[in-house]
Amino acid sequence: MHPAASVVFFTTATGAGYGLLGLLGVLGGLGFVSADFWLGLIGMGLALGLIAAGLLSSTGHLGRPERAWRAFSQWRSSWLSREGVASVATLIPAGLFGIGWVLFGRTGGWVAVAGLLAAVGAVVTVCTTGMIYASLKPIAQWHSPYTLPGYLIFSAMTGSMLLNALLQAFAVGATAIATAALLLTFLGWGWKLTTWRYNDALEIATTANTATGLAGGTVRSLEWPHTEENYLLKEMGFRIARKHAAKLRLITQVLAFALPALLLALAFALPRPFAAVLSVLAAIVQFAGMLVERWLFFAEAKHTVTLYYGR
Amino acid sequence: MTCLPAHTDKKLGLVIDLDTCVGCQACVTACKEWNTGGHMAPLTDIDPYGGNVDGVWFNRVHSYEHTTEMGGRTVNFPRSCLHCETPACVTVCPTGASYKRASDGIVLIDESKCIGCKLCSWACPYGAREFDTDVGVMKKCTLCVDRIYNDNLAEEDRVPACVAACPTSARHFGDLGDPASAVSQLVAERGGVDLMPEMGYKPTNKYLPPRAHTQRAASVPAPRLEPVKAEGGFLGWVDRMLSN
Repeated sequence: MHPAASVVFFTTATGAGYGLLGLLGVLGGLGFVSADFWLGLIGMGLALGLIAAGLLSSTGHLGRPERAWRAFSQWRSSWLSREGVASVATLIPAGLFGIGWVLFGRTGGWVAVAGLLAAVGAVVTVCTTGMIYASLKPIAQWHSPYTLPGYLIFSAMTGSMLLNALLQAFAVGATAIATAALLLTFLGWGWKLTTWRYNDALEIATTANTATGLAGGTVRSLEWPHTEENYLLKEMGFRIARKHAAKLRLITQVLAFALPALLLALAFALPRPFAAVLSVLAAIVQFAGMLVERWLFFAEAKHTVTLYYGR
Repeated sequence: MTCLPAHTDKKLGLVIDLDTCVGCQACVTACKEWNTGGHMAPLTDIDPYGGNVDGVWFNRVHSYEHTTEMGGRTVNFPRSCLHCETPACVTVCPTGASYKRASDGIVLIDESKCIGCKLCSWACPYGAREFDTDVGVMKKCTLCVDRIYNDNLAEEDRVPACVAACPTSARHFGDLGDPASAVSQLVAERGGVDLMPEMGYKPTNKYLPPRAHTQRAASVPAPRLEPVKAEGGFLGWVDRMLSN
């Protein structure tokens, strides 16, 4: 599948944004992270900024972005529509929580309720994003039990990494948050490795035989309908990543998991200014690594239409 | 809504005979010609006379080499929308632009509602939907909805353009929901198959597999040509002169 830059950025940014929003909603609303104007403003600004930038970016790959509002209408059948509804609906409790927690400096009561609702909305939105991909039968690497948990784990992982960086930067770093970010990074690493192993061993029932209805023997593409590549091949027949898969997987592991984990471990050992700098660096490196991971997620996915072209 | 109709009165579709298709591309050309002025017009061509030709087609004909223990053969394979009974391309549509008609089962796109998110083309395992980069919307086969009900055409012309154009009658059009229809009987008689049945999309269009090898080909090769004997005399001289 062709990895459109706008979609790669969208899923990575909103994943991290909703992860951070959910954590702030729960921890801030219940008072585990005490209300502080600047911390709250930057934290909520970062979460909502990532979400807004992601949503805006997602309209970048639309052919007719001026009609994007129509995408809220088909929530009864379409995961993409559900994602649109959930992403915008989550902004209502998130906005109320932001007002209560950041502007009024309150925790508990209605602020806690709004925070928890924002967290629920964040989880639901990330689930709908995952289901868009998990529900696509023609792409076996996506239509797998690993896709939806993967989106949730990576959202929690990048969100907790951002929260840790934020708290460290404001000198209110908590060992529990840093530990959670570290453990989630290891969980994400393990999940990605398991997913790759599953995908590499995948036995796909759809073959050139079932695609053409020609039973038995071998079916070899003799001639394409046209000499040049068309939309189907450009969009669904992307092959660069499969050529460099091993190298790109290594880059993903280093940037998204190994290096952030190492930086966090160092942050544990070092005093404050260094710990804060390393925590922020870990979050930035991980975000870059997740962009590579998401790019690979698209580029390594093989659509059944490629069978018709002998690819 | 992009929810699917529980039942369609008819299941209009195509039956494509892989035994008689000669890969002449007449259906491809006729489809392009009709539809670039039809319901989903235009079928945009990008850089048509340049080095990177691209464009929207509703029907593309592939050629395959099918090799079994019985031997090998070339199979020409027209590929277009199968107007599935449970098409995921419709249910994934976030805007309601894609829909399946309850009256005849044809899968269509309302261009004025399409935002060009391309998700439907990802959801289709058959590559039936093609994005028009120029107009910014998705396009697909309409089963020539503007021909089959068109009172301005003579009755025999009220079939999809690809069916009308096929010189070997490899393409048939009709109601596959009616077991008594000519197309349904053809499918039953020839053992017509679904493409990718394991996907569960329940395609309406059916493909008739090539007939089994008949073994009727000549089993004795033609007699070998004998070399011309060298002759003497005048004819021998002519033969030698002409051979030089």
